[in-house]
Amino acid sequence: MPKPENLQIDTSPSVSDEVRKTTCYMCACRCGINVHMKDGQVAYIEGNRDHPVNKGVLCGKGSSGIMQHYAPSRLRAPLKRVGERGSGKFEEISWDEALEIAAGWLAPLREEDPSKLAFFTGRDQSQSFTSWFAQAYGTPNYAAHGGFCSVNMAAAGIYTMGGAFWEFGQPDWDRTKLFMLFGVAEDHDSNPIKIGLGKLKERGAKVIGVNPIRSGYNAIADEWVGITPGTDGLFIMALMHELLRAGKVDLAYLARYTNAGFIVDEDPNSPEKGLFIRGASGKPQVVSRENGELMDYDCPGVTPNLAAQMVEGSVTHRTVFQLIAERYLSDEYAPEAVAERTGVSADKIKSIAAELARVAFEEEIVLDQPWTDWKGQKHDKMIGRPVAFHAMRGISAHSNGFQTCRALHMLQILLGSVEVPGGFRFKPPYPRPPEAHPKPHAGVTPGQPLDGPHLGYPLGPEHLLLDDDGNAKRIDKAFTWENPLSAHGLMHMVISNAHAGDPYKIDTLFMYMANMAWNSTMNTTEVMRMLTDKDDNGDYVIPRIIYSDAYSSEMVAYADLILPDTTYLERHDCISLLDRPICEADGAADAIRWPVVEPDRDVRGFQTALIQLGAKLGLPGFVTEDGSAKFEDYADYIVNHERRPGVGPLAGFRGKDGEGRGRGEPNPDQIDRYIENGGFWVDHIPEDAAFYKPWNKGYQEWAVKRGIFDAEAPYVFNLYVEPMRKFQLAAEGHGDIQPPDHLRERVHQTMDPLPIWYEPFEDSNVDVEEYPIHALTQRPMHMYHSWGTQNAWLRQITGKNSLYLPTKIWEANGFSEGDYAEVSSVHGTITVPVAHHAALNENTIWTWNAIGKRKGTWALDEDAPEATEGFLLNHLIHELQPPKGDGMRWANSDPITGQAAWFDLRVKLKKADPKPAESQPAHAPITSPVGKAPRNVTRKI
Amino acid sequence: MTCLPTSTQKKLGLVIDLDTCVGCHGCVTACKGWNTQNYGAPLSDIDAYGADPSGTFLNRVFSYEVQPEEGAAQTVHFPKSCLHCEDAPCVTVCPTGASYKRAEDGIVLVDEDRCIGCGLCAWSCAYGARELDQDAGVMKKCTLCVDRIYNENLPEEDRVPACVRTCPSGARHFGDLGDPNSDVSKLVEERGGFDLMPDQGNKPVNKYLPPRLKDRLDTPAMTPVTEKEPKGFLGWLDKALERI
Repeated sequence: MPKPENLQIDTSPSVSDEVRKTTCYMCACRCGINVHMKDGQVAYIEGNRDHPVNKGVLCGKGSSGIMQHYAPSRLRAPLKRVGERGSGKFEEISWDEALEIAAGWLAPLREEDPSKLAFFTGRDQSQSFTSWFAQAYGTPNYAAHGGFCSVNMAAAGIYTMGGAFWEFGQPDWDRTKLFMLFGVAEDHDSNPIKIGLGKLKERGAKVIGVNPIRSGYNAIADEWVGITPGTDGLFIMALMHELLRAGKVDLAYLARYTNAGFIVDEDPNSPEKGLFIRGASGKPQVVSRENGELMDYDCPGVTPNLAAQMVEGSVTHRTVFQLIAERYLSDEYAPEAVAERTGVSADKIKSIAAELARVAFEEEIVLDQPWTDWKGQKHDKMIGRPVAFHAMRGISAHSNGFQTCRALHMLQILLGSVEVPGGFRFKPPYPRPPEAHPKPHAGVTPGQPLDGPHLGYPLGPEHLLLDDDGNAKRIDKAFTWENPLSAHGLMHMVISNAHAGDPYKIDTLFMYMANMAWNSTMNTTEVMRMLTDKDDNGDYVIPRIIYSDAYSSEMVAYADLILPDTTYLERHDCISLLDRPICEADGAADAIRWPVVEPDRDVRGFQTALIQLGAKLGLPGFVTEDGSAKFEDYADYIVNHERRPGVGPLAGFRGKDGEGRGRGEPNPDQIDRYIENGGFWVDHIPEDAAFYKPWNKGYQEWAVKRGIFDAEAPYVFNLYVEPMRKFQLAAEGHGDIQPPDHLRERVHQTMDPLPIWYEPFEDSNVDVEEYPIHALTQRPMHMYHSWGTQNAWLRQITGKNSLYLPTKIWEANGFSEGDYAEVSSVHGTITVPVAHHAALNENTIWTWNAIGKRKGTWALDEDAPEATEGFLLNHLIHELQPPKGDGMRWANSDPITGQAAWFDLRVKLKKADPKPAESQPAHAPITSPVGKAPRNVTRKI
Repeated sequence: MTCLPTSTQKKLGLVIDLDTCVGCHGCVTACKGWNTQNYGAPLSDIDAYGADPSGTFLNRVFSYEVQPEEGAAQTVHFPKSCLHCEDAPCVTVCPTGASYKRAEDGIVLVDEDRCIGCGLCAWSCAYGARELDQDAGVMKKCTLCVDRIYNENLPEEDRVPACVRTCPSGARHFGDLGDPNSDVSKLVEERGGFDLMPDQGNKPVNKYLPPRLKDRLDTPAMTPVTEKEPKGFLGWLDKALERI
């Protein structure tokens, strides 16, 4: 035997036979991955260094993708239900039969009443395609999962500044000097945030985390603000109070780039009270600082006077900026006034405000980069305010979330830190103001397509989707007085509304990639009942359910027909500029997935199945003139579909020569070109167009060339959202389209054109003395999707969840390790394991979401900890608020957008004695449609 | 008993920044993936989908709560793998010569052909950094990706351990800690890098960079503009606009 020092090992083994580059789908972040192949099998996955999103790195989820690909829970063939709904009893059928059944249900509905189909997709990355199918079919009932995810963030951003966080924009990670992060964000824009935080840390920039829970990113924040849930808006307004009081706002920026100088009609008797004073051109008016005249706001050379007042008879009209100053300078928003409610001391609020001002104004960044603005004026420098913000579901999943998100954007804008070096930057196709987005459509004609896109941004009551009697046109009641700006629909209301037949009954519920019988729904037990409920004739109340998923999720058991999807390594996809692309602030980019391996099961990518179903139904766009299928599969659609002439799902390598960027006719080799290029395409924005995008002529011209929009569309930011005022005017009795009386007051209160804070609905609807504790959920960083829990590697990291309790609650109840607590909301009770967590707001408890699994699902053993100890907080959350005094029940949603108010939840708890054998409620096992998983896994290829 | 080399030409190791690690477990699963396909026996997962899954990992991230004397409790994410100690008891305790430290670079490895799975090395390791693979019956540990860092089949920039290549927040650094001029040595110097449990006397090569002090913001409150402005906020605004 050789001595150790003489041992020879092979330090240069062959790594793989081939590397195939595609796009990750372990969460919604869409990183580039190198899939190493050995013997035709997937052997190892790492990040793609050239990719604009992740630049080579990969998180815990992405690096575990191989176990997702080989998961024993993968569905194997189309399934037809043979037992009762919910039993999990199916027989495998052929694709021909599956598509025949689906078409047999859907074709007659289309001729009779297309709205009888409700088609909702979950974490869908192909919404521009799935919505196109729904539009061609003719149903108004389509949306994806934004309504229960983060529509408040998206909609508040669009209405305020023509873009929001994450896919719409990003902090200027390379230049910012102070970064403030609000709420749960560990699950969105995964690797870019981690990369960005690393950059900040490397150059010593400060991070302030505002979150009741000090975990994940908040653990490395230099400053932690353990705020009380639902009070972020109040905290932000106190920061604005401080900044305004100290005059630390960017007046030049506000005058040039926002509607701060617009004159607001303050005539109390005018039917246009609160709208902008308009000139003959119809454009809002400003008072010129140069000559004191009223002028169109976009006149070249005009500088709006923010201090202007316009006297008309006994009425004085003022600028938006003065209304802002009046509101936020009020004592109501003084740090001392909000300290107790927010749980943040007045001194701390003052100190943070002062630090924001110090960095923004004393550490200004100047780039020697000339640029030309939309009015033709040349500037020789770009001035940056290096303060950046990010937020996601944490602040948005409250019933006051829209206004809170608006407040955050107002704070950014007052500091002059949007679209400037060191601040927040948009990513193409944003910026895009609300006016440039579609309006919602719900015009149904049997046998015909819908009259336009389903979702959009209403600019007044005339864009609501109400019939002549004032009833909702959509099954989820989106775009009604209950939630006028529900830009992403309300997926969380679909099943309960369909079950109640309110506003009408449907026939077929068709869902994709949304675990609505489990963690993706509020009120889980009751939703399972609704899905299985029968009428007096013994027929299911929701007559037919079609579902597509790649895995044996809980929802599978509740469908009548299953269309089995592929894994992410077996499919074509496009991460499209028409949809939710992978752009960066410095460039437009999109990407593909392609089958790096072919499926070894009888499964099809859902989008291919939808292409084939659309052709079978003869939908316009899916068939040629002779009625034959226009596209063979999704890949064919990706390459050959044109949304507008020359503009298709993929922007890169267009035209016959493959040189077209953004525009160009279809290129039959496009997918091959993407594969050669590493699975993505990127086109960088010229340097003089990189900042000030909404007002930068260079950017506007570039965006038109690339097909991002067809005409230059500069605009100013809406500190004051005039369309919201139009809804308020209606609530005051103006106009023909009137809210129902029971909503009049609420519409008036909540549709304020300037950000307001009101207490979360649950706080006013339940006895907060009896339910004193706030309860939150978040996803572990290593398990964004529920898919993570079945992953053999990831479940070893988090295979069960506890309810984490702060020291005060832990000690008050005498808990010790291993105890269970009985936790109740006004709606329900769960009994679950607890653990101590000191780094927590003292009135807040929390747990990891979607760790708990139903027995028999996901190919896990029935005694897996996910199914015995794991639990969902969802049982405590109802889709409706408790009845009010008048017997009315309001949705547990934001009254503006309909966003599910997950984080409004209030609970009480006590020690469970004796502790139960497993977490409660425990549901009966489901028969696994995929059989049992192997016991041990040892895979070396 | 197995002997340690009297000295090593290099001291390759990791520097892990506890101020930057967000606890994403990217390093954990990238390591699992690479080392399942490469050096030695694959890292198995026993009862992978059952009640008590237990797999072999060469690197794990732990999360701890820290209560400073003043102020709010803090959370620290703490990745841990073999620290490639200079005085590695796991080597000297090995009865078969399977555990050894390379003279050329200081990497501690297990020659699986000689390993009898007795577990003495894991018992002797102060850090709990070794795991006996239940399927292969041999001791597994971090190899510092010895089959990556010299691998001529990889592009040069990829010749780093899998955990370092994948770390999204840049919290992991790899290099020669025996060379005072290396980037990693300089980083340790600048940031006050420390040894884990130095009292154990193992002289670990890997170093940790401490979390920076937190919750220290004390920027003084701002002075209101209205204090010096008799006409109030509007008066200030008028003057401020003049100055633009």
